[in-house]
Amino acid sequence: MDVGSVYRAEYGRCVATLTRLLGDIGLAEEAVQDAFAVAVAKWAEPGGGGLPPNPGGWIVTTARNRAIDRIRRESTREARHAQALLLHQPEGTEEEVGPVRDDQLRLIFTCCHPALSPLAQTALTLRLLGGLEVPEIARAYLVPEATISQRIVRAKKKIRDAAIPYRVPGEAELPDRLPPVLAVLYLIFNEGYAASTGTLLRTDLSREAVRLARALADLMPDEPEALGLLALLLLTEARRPARVGPSGELVTLAEQDRTRWDAELIAEGHALVRRCLRRDRPGPYQIQAAINAVHTDGPATDWPQVLALYDQLRQHTPTPIVALNRAVAVAEVHGPAAALAIVEQLDIPGYHLLPATRADLLARLGRAEEARAAYDEAVALAGNDTERAFLRDRRARLAP
Amino acid sequence: MRYLLAVQNDESVPLPTGADWDASLSRVEAVNEEMRAEGVWVFAGGLRSSESSTVVRVQNGTTTMTDGPFAETKEQLGGFWVIEVADLDAALAWAEKCAAACWGPIEVRPFDELSQD
Repeated sequence: MDVGSVYRAEYGRCVATLTRLLGDIGLAEEAVQDAFAVAVAKWAEPGGGGLPPNPGGWIVTTARNRAIDRIRRESTREARHAQALLLHQPEGTEEEVGPVRDDQLRLIFTCCHPALSPLAQTALTLRLLGGLEVPEIARAYLVPEATISQRIVRAKKKIRDAAIPYRVPGEAELPDRLPPVLAVLYLIFNEGYAASTGTLLRTDLSREAVRLARALADLMPDEPEALGLLALLLLTEARRPARVGPSGELVTLAEQDRTRWDAELIAEGHALVRRCLRRDRPGPYQIQAAINAVHTDGPATDWPQVLALYDQLRQHTPTPIVALNRAVAVAEVHGPAAALAIVEQLDIPGYHLLPATRADLLARLGRAEEARAAYDEAVALAGNDTERAFLRDRRARLAP
Repeated sequence: MRYLLAVQNDESVPLPTGADWDASLSRVEAVNEEMRAEGVWVFAGGLRSSESSTVVRVQNGTTTMTDGPFAETKEQLGGFWVIEVADLDAALAWAEKCAAACWGPIEVRPFDELSQD
């Protein structure tokens, strides 16, 4: 362990705790950064003793003391507010031991507050809870750094000016407030798993999403959808090693080498799905996790079971994307003609997997000419090079 | 924290009349009562249509008056509440009640704390 890995592991947790202590995200970030600057100098010092036994606790205590010094020097409105808050903190309580887990949960709900725009929610979550730097977030979403930093600054200002609270919503509000949190983590994961532009995989984003989903499931063990999201991410992540072939080409589920899947992640995901089933409060993330559990169970997919789960998912989320995914299962159970009849009814503007699925079904029905046209349509819409190469390869394999 | 809950009114759509209008008024009055009972009500009012507006400008010591609102858009301020609550979540919960009671969406905007002391 060095300061860098402590930073990665503890930054978000420390900012969350300092936000509670100071009542302001900006002051909390400054204090934590100050503390890490002190840590770099102190921990690396010869004879300085290296890492303390509880680095997170050390950072929180140091950040708190630094913040007190800074507040005494400044007289801004935020500083006065923070001073008032600090005066009401009992001395020597839990923050001496380390970051408080509930603080992180509070901050996730603040970052994903529905009064903030979706991009701001995502950027803020990655910055504050993931500890990612602005250039890293900008690279991941292929937008200029200025855009990301502007969104983050504006969101933090709104949190302060409009008094978006730091608290976990009560039982009555959770049905409205949990879904945006789950959606942000799912979006972060997906952006890492099937990047909308450039190359196919951005492992760092996916890993971060899994880490945050794990923290959320850990903090809310009674919320089956939080467990369902974690299971879904784990079971998808588990297949990553087999998803791309030796020369970087996309490998479909049916053709994947199952021995390359991560057995540990699959076991963990399956255990979570079983836990959800026992609770019997199904929701969209749990059902999608169950579908992925079927895909990763045994030597081949049990398609009738997948289709039954898609029927259930369609009840919860009757979107055209779910209908398209369901059609893939219909093709396996009832044949490509039945699936094509469904797909031809769908309209999902700009979504390359619609023409790609239609192309595949047409090819299986021996309608090569129409399949070629559909592949062309899909290539034009696909966002990343790996998927484009995959679609061109499929097109080239069609009968003349 | 003090918040303005502003009713956005689409003036191109005719206001409800008769029993619909009365029902809306009594829903709004019920929200006002609830706000007073909870101690969050500061001030509230419904406005006449923007046709009755006049804009006053003072430039270089000269005062000019123009007929009509600032901007000739169909979305105009139709009325407002000023409430005093703990945080945005509380303000949003009241806004939800207001939007359900009256005839337009509600914009929730915090007061600048400096102007409140």
